[in-house]
Amino acid sequence: MSVSLKDVYYMANLARLSPDEAEARQLQKDMNQILEYMEQLNEVNTDDVEPLEHVIPLSNPLRADEAREPLDHEEALKNAPDADSDYFRVPRVIE
Amino acid sequence: MSSLAVTDTAWEAVIGLEVHAQLSTKSKAFAPVSIEYGAAPNTNVTPLCLGHPGTLPVLNENLVRYIVKMGLATNCNIARKSIFARKNYFYPDMPKGYQISQFDTPICYGGHLDIRLEDGTTKRVNLTRIHMEEDAGKSIHDQDPHNTLIDLNRSGTPLIEIVSEPDIRTPQEASAYMVRIRQIVQYLEICDGNMEEGSLRCDANVSIRPKGETKLGTRTELKNMNSFRNVERAIQYEIERQIQLVENGGTVVQQTRLWDANRMETRQMRSKEEAHDYRYFPDPDLPPVIITEEFLKDIEASLPEMPDVRKDRFVNEYKLPEKDAQILTENKYLADFFENALNGIDNPKAVSNIVITEVRRVLNEENIGIEEFRISPERLHELVSLREGDKISSSAMQTIFNEMLESDKSASDIAKEKNLLQVSDTGFLEPLVEQVIADNPDESARYREGKKGLMGFFVGQVMKQSKGKANPQLVTKMVQSKLDSE
Repeated sequence: MSVSLKDVYYMANLARLSPDEAEARQLQKDMNQILEYMEQLNEVNTDDVEPLEHVIPLSNPLRADEAREPLDHEEALKNAPDADSDYFRVPRVIE
Repeated sequence: MSSLAVTDTAWEAVIGLEVHAQLSTKSKAFAPVSIEYGAAPNTNVTPLCLGHPGTLPVLNENLVRYIVKMGLATNCNIARKSIFARKNYFYPDMPKGYQISQFDTPICYGGHLDIRLEDGTTKRVNLTRIHMEEDAGKSIHDQDPHNTLIDLNRSGTPLIEIVSEPDIRTPQEASAYMVRIRQIVQYLEICDGNMEEGSLRCDANVSIRPKGETKLGTRTELKNMNSFRNVERAIQYEIERQIQLVENGGTVVQQTRLWDANRMETRQMRSKEEAHDYRYFPDPDLPPVIITEEFLKDIEASLPEMPDVRKDRFVNEYKLPEKDAQILTENKYLADFFENALNGIDNPKAVSNIVITEVRRVLNEENIGIEEFRISPERLHELVSLREGDKISSSAMQTIFNEMLESDKSASDIAKEKNLLQVSDTGFLEPLVEQVIADNPDESARYREGKKGLMGFFVGQVMKQSKGKANPQLVTKMVQSKLDSE
């Protein structure tokens, strides 16, 4: 399995990044190296191994269904690049 | 276009539904803050809901409890271990850049439910899965001409997504399926089931194929159907659109289409070519959800009486006709209302009648739910009790019922005020009966000769003399015994 330059641009677009060609080629090289490294896993038989989603053996710590004090409204809007007194304001989204 | 009847064509529709139900928990899926509807914008938020760095989600136990309830009520397998996944995409009302959802290990899978069709038969619809996820915030596009406004109150609200197999064949089945889902979530008390307010939402995958074909055609996804009727109409429209397209030599293109209820048509929203690639991966912030036997048993024990069981009980315990029991139990709150109004009255059918005809008439006319109905079950109980005790006539019951809609007064207060209490006092009625017989010797003679049909005339005369207040059954008996004895 290897990553093409086209794959790199596709992924960059999904991540809203726009690398120039030199950067894209570097990323392609890095990604292929990573994949190559991971391929070592193919040498091991994992038929009876369950997928490991989490490295720490925790199970769901559940929280009681309670509503506490929300964040203060002004605090909530304070760090926004743009806002009015009620809402976050973002450039118009056209469907 | 709408003249085409789907059943008359050489085509068959294949429909699968994805239903989102907003859970009626007290707090959000992963943050301890209220999900109350209609709060001022951006007031029910925490740093987590705003996607701030350094925040961590903590799972609400009721999200797990409610979805397991739903899974058990729809015959699903419950996964002993399931994990949360990140669904990645950019949209301003989802500030952290991903939605927490479940991907290849949903907590419930492989269930089924039976829907009731109009001809009285039932049909089984299989479920692929039910999984947990969080809602996004709300984007407002029409308040500010230059900007989109974002309200993050809804961000993180707990949802379950119920995905059906493509087992549905007609728009009517789709609507019956939605009715069934609403009934179940209401009985479980995990969602209010209100489609208009968006706490129950439905997307439909629709494709067509020649009858007899087993391969699936290319599907379109329909969104924005916010009532049972719109689900039916939108799917009907879409099936007809696809048939016409194909019959005129075109091909169906995979795309998302929005239902426009005003223009009664679906139109393209976005094509799947540019569709999202969500790059799901396990959310490292949330450990696996482990369901223990103990947890499962606890929930099994807490399951309420489900609609079919309740319907059978209404037939057996209250001796109601199947049809009455069906109508009453279709909506949990209507069934509750009926039982509260009944509360010991000897004749359940009388209560059923007034609920099914009069109460439902008002609900339909005013387009409101039973929860908003102005006559409490206790007040209705008193009204039916008056009628059952022969204190009022059936026409007086109607008059009082209408009056109760307009005021908070009790049935007996209204009956007194309007002078509608029936007189069952033989001491008062005796002279009236005697007078009427004495005043009508010809009729009395003919009655005795066998003209029994004249009974109505005598009762009518006594009713008139009593100004409508006499108890007609009692008057009938008194006239009868008087005439027969002389």
